[in-house]
Amino acid sequence: MKMIGLPVWTDRKVEDLVGNLLRAGVLVSALVVLVGAVVYLARHGGDPADYRVFHGEPNQLRTIPGVLREAFSFQGRGIIQLGLLLLIATPVARVALSIVGFAAERDRMYVSFALIVLAVLFYSLFGSS
Amino acid sequence: MIGQAMHIGAMHTGSLTVWQLTVLVWIGSAIAGLLGSLTGLGGGVVLVPLLTLFFKVDIRYAIGASLVSVIATSSGAAAAYVKEGISNIRIGMFLEIATTLGALLGAFLAAKVSTSAIAITFGTVLLYSAYLSARVRVRLKSDEVPDPLATRLRLNGSFPTPEGIRHYFVHHVPAGFGLMFGAGALSGLLGIGSGAVKVLAMDQAMRIPFKVSTTTSNFMIGVTAAASAGVYLSRGYIDPGLSMPVMLGVLAGSLVGTRILVQAETKWLRLVFSIVILLLGAQMIYNGAAGKI
Repeated sequence: MKMIGLPVWTDRKVEDLVGNLLRAGVLVSALVVLVGAVVYLARHGGDPADYRVFHGEPNQLRTIPGVLREAFSFQGRGIIQLGLLLLIATPVARVALSIVGFAAERDRMYVSFALIVLAVLFYSLFGSS
Repeated sequence: MIGQAMHIGAMHTGSLTVWQLTVLVWIGSAIAGLLGSLTGLGGGVVLVPLLTLFFKVDIRYAIGASLVSVIATSSGAAAAYVKEGISNIRIGMFLEIATTLGALLGAFLAAKVSTSAIAITFGTVLLYSAYLSARVRVRLKSDEVPDPLATRLRLNGSFPTPEGIRHYFVHHVPAGFGLMFGAGALSGLLGIGSGAVKVLAMDQAMRIPFKVSTTTSNFMIGVTAAASAGVYLSRGYIDPGLSMPVMLGVLAGSLVGTRILVQAETKWLRLVFSIVILLLGAQMIYNGAAGKI
């Protein structure tokens, strides 16, 4: 089966790509969180911190469009939340990349498995609110 | 009161500024990440007790922050293992169907169940993890007859060892799949990687070689956590101000941990960490039962 697939999409090649993707995702999200931390601490470092009582995050930090708006208006907490979203997106992108890899190997069974996993992830990110 | 005495020295977040809390939580998370990666138990299990017991953070914020840090460490570690060709991508993808569905269920349950019940469940998982890490691991003999279902699903694989390529067969696929659903549900409910249950499923039930099961489980933790993270985000459990020092601290600690892992003598460290987990588990159950969480 593998022989029919494009020669570049070997298991090894996919594993290398997946490894690079995961590393890059973590690095980029950590950097974005760090930038947000600088902005947040510079502006609110002296405020009292209280997490004893659960209030839940305000609406703009609960949804993807809201987080994007906050981040692009240069709010520290919004930028941090964007970094966390990028982090959550990293494994999602990994599953998407696996679909391409399995498809190139003509492995229909695993393409459908990966699609199921991706559907669950999308439901969680976009459908649960 | 014993509980009261145990809380002397605990830092109430209400009396700290954002700067102080950020620095203290970062240090605590870095130590958790370092110990977690040195012992292979993961930093996630001690993060929630650290935040709830010592910083008096509401358990829902603590779970949200822990979940995010779990994605960071597992993705970072998985990147290295995948390149070595040890983790089995097919086993990972197949079992991720179970863990992501379980994680969704767990995340929904987290909103329905009382925080006391979550704390008690958490404590129980901690006690179980301490037991697993302290006990001597029994090597189950893997017979060389492949499970027909595993063959159909193309789960059998091979990995490089110093003695050459080693082939292995996967067993008891339905049992492993069911256990992974449970592992996913625990992960979604408690915001942890639940590596202990994953290793139980893959090691004991499916009889996957230890090296393959630990690295593949690590690989799956990120996707499992992402499945509940979406639900947590929309419920407002993920607070940027708290998640920031937790994520950056755990990541820094675990990166240092993997660097010194080769030289370190981890046997006594595992023992100490197991005792810490045991004590934290007992305290979580006590506080949960007393209605303090």
